[in-house]
Amino acid sequence: MAEFEDAAAGVVAELSGELNEDRTTEVMTVNIGPHHPATHGVLRLVVDLEGEIVRDLRPVIGYVHTGIEKSCEDKSYWKVIPFVERMDYVSYFFQMQAYCGAVEQLVGLEIPPRAKYLRTLFLELNRIHSHLVWLGTTALDLGAISMLWYCFRERDRILDLFEMATGQRMHTRYFQVGGVIEDIPVGFEEKCRSFAEDMPVRVGQYEALLDRNEVFLQRTKGVGIVDRERLLDLGVSGPLLRAAGEPWDLRKATPYLAYPELEFKIPVGTVGDNYDRYRVRVAEMVESSKIVAQCLDALPEGPHIADDRKYVLPPRSELATSMESLIHHFKLVTEGFRVPAGEIYNAIECPRGELGCYVLADGSSKPARVHFRDPSFVNLQSFREMAMDSYVADMICSLGMLDPILGGVDR
Amino acid sequence: MPDAPGLELIRGEIERDHPGAVRATSFDREQAALVVDPEQVLAVLTWLRETPGQGYRFLSSLHVADYLPAQPRFGVHYELLNRDRCERIRVKAMLSDPSAGGEGEGPRTDAPARPQDPPPRQDPRAELPSIDSCVELFPTAEFQEREAFDFFGIEFRGHPDMTRILLPEDYVGWPQRRDFPVGGEPVAFTYNERNYG
Repeated sequence: MAEFEDAAAGVVAELSGELNEDRTTEVMTVNIGPHHPATHGVLRLVVDLEGEIVRDLRPVIGYVHTGIEKSCEDKSYWKVIPFVERMDYVSYFFQMQAYCGAVEQLVGLEIPPRAKYLRTLFLELNRIHSHLVWLGTTALDLGAISMLWYCFRERDRILDLFEMATGQRMHTRYFQVGGVIEDIPVGFEEKCRSFAEDMPVRVGQYEALLDRNEVFLQRTKGVGIVDRERLLDLGVSGPLLRAAGEPWDLRKATPYLAYPELEFKIPVGTVGDNYDRYRVRVAEMVESSKIVAQCLDALPEGPHIADDRKYVLPPRSELATSMESLIHHFKLVTEGFRVPAGEIYNAIECPRGELGCYVLADGSSKPARVHFRDPSFVNLQSFREMAMDSYVADMICSLGMLDPILGGVDR
Repeated sequence: MPDAPGLELIRGEIERDHPGAVRATSFDREQAALVVDPEQVLAVLTWLRETPGQGYRFLSSLHVADYLPAQPRFGVHYELLNRDRCERIRVKAMLSDPSAGGEGEGPRTDAPARPQDPPPRQDPRAELPSIDSCVELFPTAEFQEREAFDFFGIEFRGHPDMTRILLPEDYVGWPQRRDFPVGGEPVAFTYNERNYG
């Protein structure tokens, strides 16, 4: 028997080196993804590991690149809207607002006050929706499985509201150049108000589940810190930057839509670790539900879309009676409207940071270039520094807290 | 945004430190832009970033637009942001296409090729328009310059890793250029043919 054990030990030693040798100093390159539930999309990470410590990291992207920016150059202006929605597939209203806002600035179209409020309302509902998807999936990465069900329960209420107003649960194509396509239906206001009242309570319940959870606290506190100056150099914006103590939000800094008339606060963190990132986003959900309620209270009467027939479709009822409306309708649907030559960079605050849309018009009815400065794409550059010299498990946590949407990264 | 007179003041001050760096200014739809000499783009960006009273320290976006058929055709845009005053300014560097021949400013010699010479083995990048990389100044430009290289074939001199980022490494061509066809993959409808002749 002893002989056998000796032989077995010899074989093991031969296969894996000396048994008492310290094998943690060897650097090993490991591939994670592109298909992996913890990468929140199709992201591939090439990680250099020393034992369990991340020593270097390289994100490899482009797996869901679909050439949307190129396709946009072949579509008339109004047909671009559903294309750009599909870049960042969790915050579609924001892509629409960035693009429609840019085109409105190019043609010099003022949108009516009711459209401003409706847009603000849907943007903030979308912000809550996006943060709910983030919270559910990130908490799932950390082992808090029940959070996913609770977050998606509330998310479904938002999707129901989207469906009620627009007919679609995702990719709604609700914003038009000049306003929104339809007014909100009867009963929407009541449903939306009850949601806005419930949401802060629900957020309190999430916090009760996570904030006193020792596992969650130990996994997030003090992890993934990158200092504020470095984040600014890396172009990071949004909740990541605010968690590091920089109160920068385009809703306050460069007022657009109805934001200057609404009261809300910008939550800011202190150290900029993963816990602060979580706190900032959760607090933002509460602030957003306040904005939703205020929008409903202050919703002005009037038209929901501008009255400029050169850019906006005439109402359906007029088509049967007015020849001129029919001509406008035909022109808009076949050729689309022409936009005077010029270029615009329009930036708004998306749930992930600064979402910029650059549109170059050459005077024809199709844009010569549509470019999106996607916050996920830019923020991803900070991931290497967040994950450096931390455990693999903390790297997964940092990636979740970074909240990249790979559809937006790859476009 | 600096207003139109403010933009001219900025131009005058840059002109004092870097003569000839700013070629033109434009103020269109409340957006201010400086069109600069591509050779001096780093000097202008550094000036806008470091000069007290300017402080455009945040590079929001770096992207390229193809102005074909205008010459020079490529515009590299730097969207700078001053977060204290919430002001944006766009710096534009116009690059011509060296491979276009004739109308461009490219270094193309007209010496006739001698037949006994082997065909010149050209580095495919020699024909690309190029500009200095601003990664040292704005680390955020790293991904965005790679994206510009990927889609427009503009080389950023001094970039640490000038490779394709979104497209596959072996992709041929620069798809966001205006003379690149939209195209697509042909769909072969073989099912009906096979089953129903």
